[in-house]
Amino acid sequence: MIGGMEGGVDAQSLISISLMKIHNSRTQRGGIKLHKNLLVSYVLRNARQVYIKEKYAEIYRMQQYEEVMTVCNEIQELNPLDLDAEEADEEERSRGEESSVCGAALQRGAAQPAALCRTGSAVSGCCPLEDVGKDPEPSYYRSCCMEAPPAAPCDPFTGSGGAHCNKTTVLDLDTHVVTTVENGFLHQDCCCAPTGQSAAKKRKVEFGCCVSDLDDVPDFTRKRAKREDCSFSDYTDTSNISNLISIFGSGFSGLLSRQADLEQICSKQALASLGAWTRAIVAF
Amino acid sequence: MAGPGGGSSDVQWCFSQVKGAIDDDVAEADIISTVEFNHTGELLATGDKGGRVVIFQQEPESKNQPQCRGEYNVYSTFQSHEPEFDYLKSLEIEEKINKIRWLPQKNAAQFLLSTNDKTIKLWKISERDKRPEGYNLKEEDGRYRDPNTVTALRVPIFRPMDLMVEASPRRVFANAHTYHINSIAVNSDYETYLSADDLRINLWHLEITDRSFNIVDIKPANMEELTEVITAAEFHPNQCNTFVYSSSKGTIRMCDMRASALCDKHAKMFEEPEDPNNRSFFSEIISSISDVKFSHSGRYMMTRDYLSVKIWDLNMETRPVETYQVHEYLRSKLCSLYENDCIFDKFECCWNGNDSVVMTGSYNNFFRMFDRGYRQDVTLEASRENSKPRSVLKPRKVSTGGKRKKDEISVDSLDFNKKILHTAWHPLDNIIAVATTNNLYIFQEKLN
Repeated sequence: MIGGMEGGVDAQSLISISLMKIHNSRTQRGGIKLHKNLLVSYVLRNARQVYIKEKYAEIYRMQQYEEVMTVCNEIQELNPLDLDAEEADEEERSRGEESSVCGAALQRGAAQPAALCRTGSAVSGCCPLEDVGKDPEPSYYRSCCMEAPPAAPCDPFTGSGGAHCNKTTVLDLDTHVVTTVENGFLHQDCCCAPTGQSAAKKRKVEFGCCVSDLDDVPDFTRKRAKREDCSFSDYTDTSNISNLISIFGSGFSGLLSRQADLEQICSKQALASLGAWTRAIVAF
Repeated sequence: MAGPGGGSSDVQWCFSQVKGAIDDDVAEADIISTVEFNHTGELLATGDKGGRVVIFQQEPESKNQPQCRGEYNVYSTFQSHEPEFDYLKSLEIEEKINKIRWLPQKNAAQFLLSTNDKTIKLWKISERDKRPEGYNLKEEDGRYRDPNTVTALRVPIFRPMDLMVEASPRRVFANAHTYHINSIAVNSDYETYLSADDLRINLWHLEITDRSFNIVDIKPANMEELTEVITAAEFHPNQCNTFVYSSSKGTIRMCDMRASALCDKHAKMFEEPEDPNNRSFFSEIISSISDVKFSHSGRYMMTRDYLSVKIWDLNMETRPVETYQVHEYLRSKLCSLYENDCIFDKFECCWNGNDSVVMTGSYNNFFRMFDRGYRQDVTLEASRENSKPRSVLKPRKVSTGGKRKKDEISVDSLDFNKKILHTAWHPLDNIIAVATTNNLYIFQEKLN
């Protein structure tokens, strides 16, 4: 299993190291070394595969938790007095189930990836702000994940074969975060949380992130909607994940932002989900 | 302590000589980039990053000390390649010598091929120990005499002079490679040779410089679909129609030039399936083959990847017949080695004269020998500390477990800046040349 060799090998740091190597090779004496760059691209592909898998796993875990909480709340509404004590148990049980459900969900490649494109959903009528006082995490996720965004921002190009998107992948030297800029618009969708943190903390981080982004979001969505008609049904293609992984299966082809692949755009959003946009270098 | 060598398990290796600067501060131009004995072993050539070639010649065995084989002393030094600039692509072309290959000797002069990233040159190294004297129209210093002062004629004669070794470029084979040349190999017909870059292999005739034939081309129509590159190529030692090339994916393809003009379709492909338990982020890097060498017999070939040496029987393509782990303890360090670029080091390997022992380099100035017959291996070190004349080299050991025994070195203490990438074995005797970063060590078998 990739990643099991050296303890604590971080896929994300490998990605940034690899991009730095590719960048540095451009200024090396003697010209770009094809062999070395090819090998670095393989490491990059492997690291991105692992990173994306981890991201999806995280999203599905959060998805499942949110669903369970919804069910619990509904049960609670039915019988608030009896089920308070049981709720705690159920939460724990559901968390335990998450990983297996999550794994199964990954296999299914269901519509859960809608969570990635939560930008639109935040505007679409749910009010995360109002829910802060009560129970910020679940309500945020309800708004985030349960409501289908009217204009899924991650697939403006599907169906159009849009070859006119101008994408640049950049590396932030400060945070070592890879971000994608499309036609000048920064993908800062941060529905996905960084791995390694506890579930509760993650949601708070995201919530803060979402709040700060809310001002940007409406403009972003408007601009998105302007461009293309999005067909959300395309987005629920069950072969999402296998396509994502297979993108990098053919050497260089997975690294270049060539076609406007729906899945490819979503994978970039996953990578960009950590936000932070200070100084950056253009990697490609 | 006994070690492998020459088919017997009793060979002990002693220090003979070390060439190069003693300074710890290494000038980049002095970094040795290739080492090669000629066909008799009398001459030893090294190339460096500064584009220079230094040739050492073995002194004849002295009658006083028949136990000691002759020492190698500098025979000739010349600048083979200079840095160039490709104006069209705005690229600098490094002068580093990637490979040297000797031609078999046909007359008094010696010939070798040396190559950098783009250009191959055929050098003639000849001795001059006489010079003509007594010209009629010239003074001894070369100035022309006034014809009016010539009153008598004489026949110039040759007089002995101090030995002078001259190197002159006889052929320049240029403009045939878009990518970086990694190998050259002389054919057993002694008329042709091949040069290989990342994506193509060209066949040359030694006499013809303005033309070469492309015999392998693995460049995909769309460069985005590139998945592997050529890493090394070599001609079969006896069959002039057969050559092999290795790839970055860990495969070796053998081609027969009689089958077709373009040998894209291989006659045999040697590949060992990857062990799924060892899969990691760096699997592709460590499986890339850095060197391929035929045995002298032509029955086997040896490949070197980052962690191991493999011996292949040319009659069996499915897996190697022998695999030797060079430094398996590095498998858990691959991430750090990736960060400091050591994982991209290209180690070479070599056979001894009778194909019973193989040798390759490692880190911390260690090099390893594997005796195929006795199934023994030994780790030796090339260092100035062990450089007393005829001092026997003590086997070294890297401790991999928790407890470090005395005289063992722990993996974390290894110096990864001290690497032995290039080694060569005398074709007939137990004499080896081992190149550290900027020094050349010569070790000989201890003779009693």
